[in-house]
Amino acid sequence: MTGSPPATEALYQELILEHNRKPRNFREMAGADRTIEGRNPLCGDALTLWVKLGAGDRIDDLSFKGQGCAISKASASLMTTAVKGKTLGEAEALFEKFHRLVRGELSDAEQRELGSLRAFAGVARFPMRVKCASLAWHALHSVLGAPTESAVSTEDEGSAGPPLEGA
Amino acid sequence: MIVERADFPLLAANPELHYLDSAATSQKPRAVLDAMVDYYSRDNANPHRGAYALSARATERYHDARARVAAFVGVRDTDRLIFTRGTTESLNLVATAWGRANVRPGDEILVTGLEHHANFVPWQQLALGVGAKLRICGITSDGRVDLEQFASMLTPRTRVAAFSHVSNAVGTINPIADLAAMARRVGAVVVCDGAQGAPHLPLALDDLDVDFYAFSGHKMLGPMGAGVLVGRRSLLEAMPPYQTGGDMIEFVGDEHTTWNVLPHKFEAGTPNVGDAVGLAAACDYLGRVGMGAVRAHEQALTLLATERLAELPGVRVYGPPPAERSGVVSFTVEGIHPHDLSTVLDEAGVCIRAGHHCAQPLMRRLDVPATARASFYIYNTEADVDALAAGVLRAQEVFA
Repeated sequence: MTGSPPATEALYQELILEHNRKPRNFREMAGADRTIEGRNPLCGDALTLWVKLGAGDRIDDLSFKGQGCAISKASASLMTTAVKGKTLGEAEALFEKFHRLVRGELSDAEQRELGSLRAFAGVARFPMRVKCASLAWHALHSVLGAPTESAVSTEDEGSAGPPLEGA
Repeated sequence: MIVERADFPLLAANPELHYLDSAATSQKPRAVLDAMVDYYSRDNANPHRGAYALSARATERYHDARARVAAFVGVRDTDRLIFTRGTTESLNLVATAWGRANVRPGDEILVTGLEHHANFVPWQQLALGVGAKLRICGITSDGRVDLEQFASMLTPRTRVAAFSHVSNAVGTINPIADLAAMARRVGAVVVCDGAQGAPHLPLALDDLDVDFYAFSGHKMLGPMGAGVLVGRRSLLEAMPPYQTGGDMIEFVGDEHTTWNVLPHKFEAGTPNVGDAVGLAAACDYLGRVGMGAVRAHEQALTLLATERLAELPGVRVYGPPPAERSGVVSFTVEGIHPHDLSTVLDEAGVCIRAGHHCAQPLMRRLDVPATARASFYIYNTEADVDALAAGVLRAQEVFA
């Protein structure tokens, strides 16, 4: 027996649809301190993330470009607005929280602390889409820990959810 | 529908489900499940080994399964039908066992831009491993093999030409007899990936001049885990084994080993009798329906779905015209990523595939990162096409 799939409204919040239509910080960046390419090998989604760092390990600017579904694009867009101006340590803490959010591991109180990122709480009911929501965050996570240029794959992180690809 | 939905326990238990992903894997009729339960309930033992009656029965069931599958695909010499785990293993067997023994530095391997990764990566890796050159025949804008280019890329250095019978991503039915004839004129060995051919088209492999033909059981109503490689006897006898171990040996000395006869030489270890029995039951089921009727039914649904989708704004269907495709409709909807489309369709119980379909070289050539793919089989109906079209409209509302 297959259970009924959850309502898509839980996933496609208005805020997510809006960021999909008009992604913020969706541009290339000249003179970035760090650049990383994130890939989801199962679906072919790919994005590039640029980060400019300022004094005190603060993220002065970050931007992204790439192709992907509404979830991955909106997640990248909202991530850039959420971590701009934050220190590396603060951004890393948000990464941890977001990761737990999309796996359904955050309490209501913890979710509220996430502000607009809370729009992705519904992803937890769509295990196959966790990787879409996490792609940009995984890229940020590894670029903050690694100097200069690198690449990351969502496969490295073992996110929940069966693959979308097959024969 | 040319079969009863009630024949398929999963579909019967989910009357609202519109399963449109049979190109990935098919649903299974009760006859297949029953045959497997019957084997395990009555005749299960390790075949080819025991001197007791039960083992003899297991051996008999396995041989009988091979004979029925061979008859279904038009192969008289059953020894040249090797059971594998599936198309992927069949093609790796050829690329590794035959390829490593026969492809030399400087030789050329010709594949096409339509291939599934299973008929692409093994050849790419063989070429890299032995210092041969992988050549990729281009495709036309509507997803066909460019026949002129195929002919021009065949040279006396071409050792092997590998192509699919039917494209899994866009459904193109390739003119495999013509492709094979061209390749044989330069002396190339011909390998055909039949994963999307055997489930959907009538086959008479003895009359088809290819050296190797591979397919999977699970895409043609059979269980996952049983597939087939049909090979030319002379090539199978001359090439080394793929895997070594039990069952595939004749005599094991301390210093050397001699190989068992076909088909056992290529079936190392305990054979997968249960799944072979299931696959044979699937062939029997398809045989009763008739592959001509299967093809006609899929063609009608493919045509209908293509027409219905083409009526919607922003929808683009890939591949050649419906009559030249198997039961596959690969499409994109402007402004909606295929994964998002798939999620919205899922809410309405419509299961489609979204992504690159394990055919990234093809997607690059079509210049599209991903498509949505609906694929039909014998249990699908016009109601499934209606649900698909309605779901696309609904997605267009969500993402308006």
